[in-house]
Amino acid sequence: MSKEAKNYIVHGATGDWEIVVGLEVHAQVTSQAKLFSGASTQFGSEPNSNVSLVDAAFPGMLPVINGECVRQAVRTGLALDAQINKFSRFDRKNYFYADLPQGYQISQFAHPIVGEGEMLVELEDGATKSIGIERLHLEQDAGKSIHDQHPRYTLVDLNRSGVALMEIVSKPDMRSPEEAGAYVRKLRTMLRYIGSCDGNMEQGSMRADVNVSVRRPGEPFGTRCEIKNVNSVRFVMQAIEYEARRQVDILEAGGSIDQETRLFDPNKGETRSMRSKEEAHDYRYFPDPDLLPLEFDDAYIEEARASLPELPDAKKARFVKDWGLPDYNAATLVGEKESADWFETLLDALRKGVDSPVEKLAPKASNWMLSDLYGQLNKAGKSLSDCPITPTQGAELLKLVFDGTISGSASKEVLEEMLQSGRNPADIVEEKGLKQVSDTGALEAMVDKILAANPAQVEQFKAGKTKVVGFFVGQVMKESRGQANPAVVNEILMRKLAE
Amino acid sequence: MSDLNELSIAEARDRLAARDLSARELVQASIAAMEAAKPLNIFVTETPERALEMADAADARLKAGDAKPMTGIPVAVKDLFCTKDVCTTAGSHMLESFTPPYESTVTANLWDNGAVMLGKVNMDEFAMGSSNETSAYGPVKNPWRLGETDTVPGGSSGGSVAAVAGRIAPCATGSDTGGSIRQPAAFTGTVGLKPTYGRCSRYGMVAFASSLDQAGPITRSVRDAAIMLGAMAGHDVKDSTCVDVPVPDYEAALTGDIRGLKIGIPKEYHSADMPREIEDMWQQGMAWLRDAGAQIVDISLPHTKYALPTYYIVAPAEASSNLARYDGVRYGHRAQLKSGDGLTEMYEETRAEGFGEEVKRRILIGTYVLSAGYYDAYYLKAQKIRTLIADDFRRAYKKVDAILTPTAPSAAFGFGAKQDPLAMYMNDVFTVPASLAGLPGISIPAALSAEGLPLGLQILGRAFDEETVLKVAGVMEDAAAFTAKPKTWWS
Repeated sequence: MSKEAKNYIVHGATGDWEIVVGLEVHAQVTSQAKLFSGASTQFGSEPNSNVSLVDAAFPGMLPVINGECVRQAVRTGLALDAQINKFSRFDRKNYFYADLPQGYQISQFAHPIVGEGEMLVELEDGATKSIGIERLHLEQDAGKSIHDQHPRYTLVDLNRSGVALMEIVSKPDMRSPEEAGAYVRKLRTMLRYIGSCDGNMEQGSMRADVNVSVRRPGEPFGTRCEIKNVNSVRFVMQAIEYEARRQVDILEAGGSIDQETRLFDPNKGETRSMRSKEEAHDYRYFPDPDLLPLEFDDAYIEEARASLPELPDAKKARFVKDWGLPDYNAATLVGEKESADWFETLLDALRKGVDSPVEKLAPKASNWMLSDLYGQLNKAGKSLSDCPITPTQGAELLKLVFDGTISGSASKEVLEEMLQSGRNPADIVEEKGLKQVSDTGALEAMVDKILAANPAQVEQFKAGKTKVVGFFVGQVMKESRGQANPAVVNEILMRKLAE
Repeated sequence: MSDLNELSIAEARDRLAARDLSARELVQASIAAMEAAKPLNIFVTETPERALEMADAADARLKAGDAKPMTGIPVAVKDLFCTKDVCTTAGSHMLESFTPPYESTVTANLWDNGAVMLGKVNMDEFAMGSSNETSAYGPVKNPWRLGETDTVPGGSSGGSVAAVAGRIAPCATGSDTGGSIRQPAAFTGTVGLKPTYGRCSRYGMVAFASSLDQAGPITRSVRDAAIMLGAMAGHDVKDSTCVDVPVPDYEAALTGDIRGLKIGIPKEYHSADMPREIEDMWQQGMAWLRDAGAQIVDISLPHTKYALPTYYIVAPAEASSNLARYDGVRYGHRAQLKSGDGLTEMYEETRAEGFGEEVKRRILIGTYVLSAGYYDAYYLKAQKIRTLIADDFRRAYKKVDAILTPTAPSAAFGFGAKQDPLAMYMNDVFTVPASLAGLPGISIPAALSAEGLPLGLQILGRAFDEETVLKVAGVMEDAAAFTAKPKTWWS
């Protein structure tokens, strides 16, 4: 667990370079209504159908804070182990754009709702790293300008205008594309666990601004470039990789990095300049006089804390410590709250039906879920959310394996049928005649027959080549068409061979 | 002009209740006066049909015996209160064709209380002005003249005060950011009350400076101001800065008894260049209050001299942001563009054409004081001084119950008399400090100038203590017995 993250190095012609990455993730707050108006936040609605007079900035319209968005921001801050600021305030960020009806975005500049925190991320090789959180603040989203639907005009859709976003700013703590990817994935997991954001990157509910700079190891930070609005984990990693290389090439050619805002082009896999520092807006931030500051007491914060579910890190630790799950299995299962919940329900049902210590059941159940169930779902192009069977049905299947009714290999066949028909495993076993033969009488007769037919191998066993037992087991299984209980067969064989 | 036009809200209310007058008759008299007063350029939009409909509804209520405090009373509405399906211009070309699909809370409250809308009245553009000369629809003329010479009605609620002084309506809504109710009230011999910031909802009121804007009544008597404020005020969840405190019965506060009250006279409001007649009126005001049993106490509001510069940083800063929404994209004016013009040209030309000079000046000032590198020196410092100014008042109100000052440094002046913006801004010198502190203030007519124009005295009070302000004003109104009226030269 305490494995150190490996350094990622860009090898240049003149030596090695280290990259420094910080992320600003914009996460849409899960709420029925917008941050300052009652309009709906429903994704995929007709253009300009979720727009209130406030969102369209009609004269005399005033913002009124949506308490649910505030609560979600506080819960998110608590989940990130961050400082909750009991006093925070909204500021106006002033700039003109056609999809920004007020001519300013209401955001939190000087006094964000959440201060410093940290989050542990896990890397491919099992190493972990703590990434600092600089702040989290609430702000409004802008509308959308559509430039390609009319030959002469730009069209504007204000459905997103005023939707609540949390901007979660990391410290410049990441040193590789992989760490940045792991950070975004973990953040997404956390937000989905607590239900403050659905984490849907394709629909734009989560997007990242990526700050990248390079430096010689041990030297101060270099000049950074900000890559705007990257909307997948893969693109975040590609953008960093490309941008770091670009900066190294410039520096090694004797140039210098201009602080600028860049865009990532996923088709070409490259970043290109959007605007330079000189072209940067002067946003003229000042406190929004239409809104009162947000002020919390301890009771409010504690109530938000009490509403948090068990978070992934704690859940994983519990799975490993209490149930003896392998680290990898636990990490995979807690990656989505849904899979962790599915597993827990499965294990609960299994423990009720099988009298065996949980440390024995749980690892096997997790293996079954991750390899058998996920394997077959994957093959069918499905995910757990559209899995046709319930965890209880899964437990029934596993029970049949644990009590010896069916063999492990037969269980795969049963599962396949269950996934197709949604039927109960016992019925399938009955119908397909997959029950294992554990009847000692029948099996003894079969063993006698095999031993009689293979005298040479019996001699080998007696000469001390005990491995040949496997051959006999195989023969009996073949004879029984796979239905013999291998454990029982093994036991009979050992007894007979010892005679 | 009939006798009905002279009725105060209280008189009309009582006669309507006694049913010896119908709302229709009262409203018809106002409509006739509105027609006759076209030379004053008071109304931007007249709504006589709606007024008669509302009057008939009022008569039905009166008949049914379920009249509200202002049932049947005609009101002139300043053209920055959004009125559903009635054009709302804020005195600007920018909103020339703008018809809101919603009603401001203040006007909705008035209609709920039975009041009748006569029409929308002229104002300085986006409430930026002290003389009504910045209106895109031409200035309102003050019913009071200097001989044959027109004078300004003050601003920005110039149409509102002219409608009341000109006996077209007994009352009008105004809005006050730095003195826009009180100064024009003083210029026209009317009563203008700016309530505590947060007393009336700002929802649906076209914003100038959000931390200062406050709606209030303009009437011809203190009692009427009390009645109308009660019908406008109240908590509103649609305005986060609107305070949830009960609306008292303001009329009940007019006890006439101010014995033992302490009235502060801020020494910083005296100045060597204050006209003699203003100083005399102020002294007279003190004498009236002393005679009524109040105690006059000298006080100091040490940061007063910084109030005007502070105001002219804070208000334009907020305005520069509040007016950014007028971009030609969704509503209001949009410039005709040339082929090849893009978004930037649309912004530039729309705003160049839509806004007048004073509005542009303030947007530029506001943009400047919020800019990187200037923010700390201007906006931030102004906010700090604003706190000091509020502290001055807090300290003073430990010693006194109300404060008496002149409303404005002069009587109404002629059109074009103040070409220098700074000279114009000086009009607000006595009204701005209370605005910055968010405190209530009233202007009542107290005397005539040597040239025969009205002069006003201002009474300021503690936050949400409009009752004391009204009580003191009522006593002064009785003592002043101001009965002068403008000649009806326009009809």
